[in-house]
Amino acid sequence: MSDPMKIRASLVGDSTEVKVLMSHEMETGQRKDAQGQTIPAWFIQNVVVTHNGKTVLAAQWGTAVAKNPFLSFKFKGGAKGDKVTISWTDNRGDKRTDEAVIA
Amino acid sequence: MIDRRRRTVLQSGGSATLLGLLAATGWLKPGEARAEAWNKGAFDSHSMPDAMKALGGTDSVVPSKDIVFFQTPEIAENGAVVPIGITSNIPKTESIAILIEKNPNLLAAVFDLPGGTEPTVSTRVKMAQTSNIYALVKADGKYYVATKEVKVTLGGCGG
Amino acid sequence: MFARAVFALAAAAIAPAASAQGSTADEIAKYRAALREGNPAELWQARGEALWREKRGPKHVTLEGCDLGLGPGIVKGAYAQLPRYFADADRVMDLETRLVWCMVKLQGYTESDAKRNVFGSGNDKKSDLEALTAYITSESRGVPMKVPLSHAKEMEAYRVGEKLFFFRGGTHDFACATCHGEEGKRIRLQDLPNLMTAEGAQKAYTTWPAYRVSQGELRTFEWRLYDCFRQQRFPELAFGSEAAIALTMYLARNANGAPYDGPAIKR
Repeated sequence: MSDPMKIRASLVGDSTEVKVLMSHEMETGQRKDAQGQTIPAWFIQNVVVTHNGKTVLAAQWGTAVAKNPFLSFKFKGGAKGDKVTISWTDNRGDKRTDEAVIA
Repeated sequence: MIDRRRRTVLQSGGSATLLGLLAATGWLKPGEARAEAWNKGAFDSHSMPDAMKALGGTDSVVPSKDIVFFQTPEIAENGAVVPIGITSNIPKTESIAILIEKNPNLLAAVFDLPGGTEPTVSTRVKMAQTSNIYALVKADGKYYVATKEVKVTLGGCGG
Repeated sequence: MFARAVFALAAAAIAPAASAQGSTADEIAKYRAALREGNPAELWQARGEALWREKRGPKHVTLEGCDLGLGPGIVKGAYAQLPRYFADADRVMDLETRLVWCMVKLQGYTESDAKRNVFGSGNDKKSDLEALTAYITSESRGVPMKVPLSHAKEMEAYRVGEKLFFFRGGTHDFACATCHGEEGKRIRLQDLPNLMTAEGAQKAYTTWPAYRVSQGELRTFEWRLYDCFRQQRFPELAFGSEAAIALTMYLARNANGAPYDGPAIKR
């Protein structure tokens, strides 16, 4: 069970800026442990961000995204109090959804 | 020899197979309801031509000065976390992809931007070594690219 | 004449290196600035705050009654005044030893249980102390360092810390001062702070704990000292030992006046 995402959604002019910090190992599958065994790849593959039911961003990630990933982007519209929902799915099938209110 | 081939790929003209490639790769049209597709072929590619092909970019990729890197350093103190910011000023930008030339797997991320989302993303990637970063933009069905070299230093002490 | 020639050669050699170092240092500063936002340390802060408020241990009690020096439960600004003397323990403590004290006294943990996993690694071996430290220190962000030096034991800790700073030992005959006692020292491209100047001490001390990108972990000042000892080929610095606290006292006090700026993010 991963830590909750830290999401900040704020109005900048007539756009909403979303900044999110996710907690995830983003293991590349290239490293070996102390016994010489390859540590299997474990990483977020899909990220979806929605606002009022509409997808505002959809991302596909590989192992080269950094550990504890940070993402920032903007979409037009949004109002104070609206919810922004962010979901990720990783290659093990684990999922996480968190939401934030536009401030 | 590999360099020459890469440059050729980036400069070559359009092709009818482009749409076919796009359909096969699962590169989504903007505004569509999202299925959780993950373009394995693209993420497994180990060479620029392969990655570009899997993303549907091989046949017609135009270098563009309208793709701008921001908050992307010249030198990264540690390759584990390298900030990359990309803004596309090309009209009707649909997606932005980040490729890292000298990484074991080239493709780092693809961002689909539905209508109404600004064509700018900022994230952090891992770089195995000093390398070119390619920002690949799909706009109005065509592909454009910009390149920036980021140096990765060998660390000393803790800091 | 020979001396003049050597001097000229030396001057010629230094000049280009200095300017290359200058622009490289600028670029590295830009890298660090770009990372300030979205610092993964915030994930540890959030976990630490949850741990502070959670009923845990054999006594099933939260840490909210813990006195970090400003009164029970007062967290804001507490880190800027640590290490300090605590009458109930009759000794000088840094934040981490104080947290262990509270985990033992309030929550009923044994000391060894509280110190079971001080430096975390990965998702499976998270360290509670690192999370708690991240939370407590974040509540001192912007607060000027004001480490006290009034009690006899505080003064003794400072003096011992100072002696340790200059103590040469280990296989390489290093002291802290060897790397941190002069201007302009570096290891590869890492500029080493000169801890003998107020400015150097302030910049160095106020940026720990920090999320260390190279490890993908949040590391505390106890860790920083532990790792310095390791790199100096010194014997292992025991967590929360008198030596660790004394060195922390010396360096924290030398940082007085500067606003605390953590948790930060570092290479």
